[in-house]
Amino acid sequence: MDRVKVGIIGPGNIGLDLLYKLGRSEYLTPELIVNIRHSKGIEYAEKMGIRTSTEGVAAILKEEDIEIVFDCTSATAHEVHAPLLKEAGKFALDLTPAAVGPYCVPAVNMDDSMLELDNVNMVTCAGQATVPIVAAINEVADVAYAEIVSSISSKSAGPGTRQNIDEFTVTTARALRDVGGADDSKVIIVLNPAEPPIYMRNTIYTKVKNPDIDAIKKAVEDMVEKIKVYVPGYQILLEPIIQDDIVTTMIQVEGLGDYLPVYSGNLDIINAAAVNIAETYAKKKYGGEKNE
Amino acid sequence: MSRIFVTDTTLRDGSHTVSHRFSPDDIIKVAGGLDKAGIDMIELGHGDGLTGSTINYGFSEFTDYELIEAAASVVKKAKLAVLLLPGIGTVEDLERAKKAGATAVRVATHCTEADISMQHIKAAKEMGLWTVGFLMMAHLTDTERLVEEALKMESYGADVVYATDSAGAMLPVDVTEKVTAMKKALKVPIGHHSHNNLGVAISNSIAAIEAGATYIDGSLSGLGAGAGNTSTETLIGVMNRMNYDHGVDLYKAMDASTNGLIPVLNEKGLSPQTNLDAMMIGYSGVYSSFMLHAKRAAERFNVDVRDVLMELGRRKAVGGQEDWIIEVAHEMSKKN
Repeated sequence: MDRVKVGIIGPGNIGLDLLYKLGRSEYLTPELIVNIRHSKGIEYAEKMGIRTSTEGVAAILKEEDIEIVFDCTSATAHEVHAPLLKEAGKFALDLTPAAVGPYCVPAVNMDDSMLELDNVNMVTCAGQATVPIVAAINEVADVAYAEIVSSISSKSAGPGTRQNIDEFTVTTARALRDVGGADDSKVIIVLNPAEPPIYMRNTIYTKVKNPDIDAIKKAVEDMVEKIKVYVPGYQILLEPIIQDDIVTTMIQVEGLGDYLPVYSGNLDIINAAAVNIAETYAKKKYGGEKNE
Repeated sequence: MSRIFVTDTTLRDGSHTVSHRFSPDDIIKVAGGLDKAGIDMIELGHGDGLTGSTINYGFSEFTDYELIEAAASVVKKAKLAVLLLPGIGTVEDLERAKKAGATAVRVATHCTEADISMQHIKAAKEMGLWTVGFLMMAHLTDTERLVEEALKMESYGADVVYATDSAGAMLPVDVTEKVTAMKKALKVPIGHHSHNNLGVAISNSIAAIEAGATYIDGSLSGLGAGAGNTSTETLIGVMNRMNYDHGVDLYKAMDASTNGLIPVLNEKGLSPQTNLDAMMIGYSGVYSSFMLHAKRAAERFNVDVRDVLMELGRRKAVGGQEDWIIEVAHEMSKKN
């Protein structure tokens, strides 16, 4: 039986990395990747043997077989794509900060009801990396304020991220509250051009109401195990330490080295989360029949 | 020679030194003096820019907007600037700063990451703000790359682009090379912001001007992160000596420090190692050991020590003529 067919809009860093991850999936297959013009990304996908089109979203809408669409363009573009994909009955995974649908961080809030929707937003790479930690700490310690500092290598930040850095910080901050459960939040993004490139690193500060550090450590450890299921390179750099009511935790994300080398953990974590949702969707819909 | 525009960042870079504890009252005391001195642009707010008040950088007691409102209540002539680091502050934060009274913004990125400033520079220009592109840690990249990044900021609409020596790691020869290349490639004016960590902040500022920069940063007493910035007072003194065209009054800049900043710092338990009397020795060109004698004579005859030293310089007093100090001070006291 066939795997569930997937379309990708936008052959940038995110879109091309997805091709590798989808190529390994037992439940999904990358059917078509589109752009609105001919580009190096399109050439790259062609070399990988993936079908391409330069007719943008229209090319994907024409193909009834494609059930799931990953949108890796920009917030503005996704706002245009979202209603079209909905009309065509496709399940959209939004990897832009448009957030037409609700935020999904698989380790925290993925459930069956989310898979019934037509559009789910993947927050941001920093959000996928830090929201679970805030949610874990909030569960046991009640987070009044969450502040994260996310450092990513310059090479792994594509033009989409660079031109929309406000959307990036605002979306991430909102997810720390809406999904992470913090009452208030702040996000700082730093790009570092060092060579060799730095690994994606996130510092998570939380101001907590119940400073029980043992419970916090345990909750964070459990959460890390949950994330590792779909992001194997996710690791604790500094286990939670506390000073007064401020807990500091640091994590690092090593990528799988698919489209970009292992330092690009930021690409890996958002893509791994999106593929995880798509696979869960496919398994739920076909009960595992399709790949047997 | 082109006119030099001076930005004073005592109330922004100096915010680091006071652990972001400047109050609206402090701002009023210092900004008023800076404005009267003729400073072209006064930068203020949290040391890490708009919404920099965080666990990571240190919380400030007052919001940037409260501080801007305080400054706007006393500043009549100078531009009021805020710092905005894309990745920390947003366009929305800038809109609030504008409403509070900011008339200019410095959009700062790491020296190789200018493209993250596009949305902020464009938005700032649309808001009608004077917009400065600020390429930080400029020692960490080569000249060619720095020029490329500066051209990007210019293309987004920046009115001025800075080579910013955030680490105080550049030597005058580095400043000369980088500013010369930027000046050659860009149509907009070039600026330089220095830190005195290697003791060459003034030399770097002069090197920048000689290489074509027309926007230079200083701070009163050199207050700022690390060893601090170029001292505004010294910068003005040196620029006077070099006959550069600028709009700042030396004595009034010194007064902004002595009567404005220093009492504010003392209240916070800080006593900066500023010695403006010594600076006047150099400025007037008199024998260094005259300093304490001139200070005593000025107190004795109730005259301004600066005038005493300037007069001694004009009379070309040489080493050993400490007795002239008494005569000059006495004579001045009769004129008062």
